[in-house]
Amino acid sequence: MTASRTQHLIASSIILVVALIVGWLSFTQQPAEAFLFPRLISVFFMVLAAWNFIRAFLALSKVGEGLSAETALAIAPGLLVTLVYVFWAAKTVGFYASSTAAFFILYTLYDPEPLSNGRAWLKRVIVTTIFMAIIYALFTLLLKVQTPRGHFL
Amino acid sequence: MEFLAYFGGVFEPVAFLLLLGGTVGGLILGATPGLSPTMAVALLIPFTFHLSPTQGLILLGAAYTSTVAGGAVSAILLKIPGAPANIATALDGNAMARKGEGARALHLSFLSSGIGGVIGVLLLIFLTPLLAQWALAFGPSHLFWLAILGVTVIGSLDSKSFVKGLLSGCIGLWLSMIGYDDIQGAQRFIFHDALTGGIHIIAALIGIFAIPQVLDMFAKGRRKVVIETVAVPVHAFSDSVREIGRSGRPLTIGTIIGSIVGLIPGIGGQIAGLVAYDQAKKFSPHKEKFGTGHPEGLIAAESANNAMVGPSLVPLLTLSIPGSPTAAVLLGGLLIHGIFPGTDLFERNPEVAWTFINSMLIGQVLMVIFGIAIAKWAAKIARAPLPIMASAVLVLALFGSYSVQQSMGDVWIMLSLGLGMYFLEKFGFSAAPVVLGLILGPIAESNFVQGSLIANAVYDDWPNVMYFMTGPLNIVLIVLVIASIGYSFLSHRASARADAAQRVAAQ
Repeated sequence: MTASRTQHLIASSIILVVALIVGWLSFTQQPAEAFLFPRLISVFFMVLAAWNFIRAFLALSKVGEGLSAETALAIAPGLLVTLVYVFWAAKTVGFYASSTAAFFILYTLYDPEPLSNGRAWLKRVIVTTIFMAIIYALFTLLLKVQTPRGHFL
Repeated sequence: MEFLAYFGGVFEPVAFLLLLGGTVGGLILGATPGLSPTMAVALLIPFTFHLSPTQGLILLGAAYTSTVAGGAVSAILLKIPGAPANIATALDGNAMARKGEGARALHLSFLSSGIGGVIGVLLLIFLTPLLAQWALAFGPSHLFWLAILGVTVIGSLDSKSFVKGLLSGCIGLWLSMIGYDDIQGAQRFIFHDALTGGIHIIAALIGIFAIPQVLDMFAKGRRKVVIETVAVPVHAFSDSVREIGRSGRPLTIGTIIGSIVGLIPGIGGQIAGLVAYDQAKKFSPHKEKFGTGHPEGLIAAESANNAMVGPSLVPLLTLSIPGSPTAAVLLGGLLIHGIFPGTDLFERNPEVAWTFINSMLIGQVLMVIFGIAIAKWAAKIARAPLPIMASAVLVLALFGSYSVQQSMGDVWIMLSLGLGMYFLEKFGFSAAPVVLGLILGPIAESNFVQGSLIANAVYDDWPNVMYFMTGPLNIVLIVLVIASIGYSFLSHRASARADAAQRVAAQ
């Protein structure tokens, strides 16, 4: 299966815009000496991005399966939890508290066992506890990593 | 024979324990489908911070060696290759397991991996100093072209699309330029405070290799994956040893092909295994048995993908050009310990370099012993549910990237790059050229700047052109850069035409 022309067009447009921004910054920022190498690379970056865009426009882009609605729906809840966990909870709530919650929520979200199964809930609690204990032993006790505490731990 | 003087370092208690731990852990991680060897090594790098460079490299090298071999366990017992390098192993390995010869297949797999691996590491031992000696003649312009060659080779060969492969390399090179310029102190492409110090290579490696795999596991949703398992009746190990002794042809084919493929930057174990399998079939008097559980196919594939490991480090240790994506991650591991591979690695850090290489030799032997001992156990772990693996890899990625500099900025960069890579992969871009660009970018830039300074001092007219584009070695390297791009362009065009012809024929 390959992505639709529209999907290829959107993806190649984004890359072309990034390449143009990189090119524009490389050729306008000072001091020029610091941007000598970026200028060289950005020329190739822009040419290849334009070529990629033209191929997508002419429907010649065939590589890559794209993102189906089914895949997007499947990853959406996990992605949302991941974004909240990494960009907000880890620092605000605390590394260990948020990691425990994220592990448990993600495990529950994607566990094929029905939510009504009491044994499955017990298993999730046990697995989460054991995993987080290993993480604590590795990073805090062994490697002495000082993690952000946030409101909790 | 300088390497013999450094064998003692491998048997120091901490180093040997790390070698054991890396081997056993690597075998288990390798046997786990969905966890690639590259990702396993990337996730291990933060743990090496608190170790000496030698100890850190021993751990990473052991993990690299054994994850490739461990992938054979799930390929044989579950018909799920643990890594792309084990695709060819599954063809005959699983058929043997289904015929009740699982234990025999596992024995032959680890024995051939061990033999191929030992020969590969011996090549590394004997070729590296020679190449390093030759590389002493390299100046900034040659090192610049070598770095560019590394990106174009991987960009051209490791991608299904020629344009997208090279574009991936450009994205990596651009990412490497983010942050403060080393010479002028100028800010470049700093769009957020987290980028002020640039992109830390370890955070980037973890994000690029781990996060797309987490999202791939999410993409499978709440589906219950039922993996069919086969019983593994006991098989006498001595019989397997005798059988390997009689399998000279597939073993030789696999080892030679794996070694050559390893030496060529950018190709990797997947190609080694498949090409060796194909060649073993061509040279076998029992061609018709291949794919039905014939041990020759298994032996050729496994000896090839492990013979590739040692030689893939030759261009890495001498020229800073990794031979495979996992070797690229190892390069990141070397750089964070302040070890710069290249011409004078064996002059400045002989103890680190030789102890690391020797540990890979001992690691091959340990891999055979432990591989056979824990294969059945590893296969059970390989059946760990996807939601547990996805959650565990995500949490490990967060802790691992944070622990590098104790910075939340690294964590944010890790996730952002990982998400970006996931979507890029969905549209045919590859992770390996991005990583190569990111790693080789600073090497290319520093040599470009150094070369420009020399050029301006030496030449009056067209200084950069004269310095970078003249001289026999420069011309050879430029031809290689163009040839790598040209070969990829032509081969992609040929395969596109073949696809189109097939479609027309099907209509």
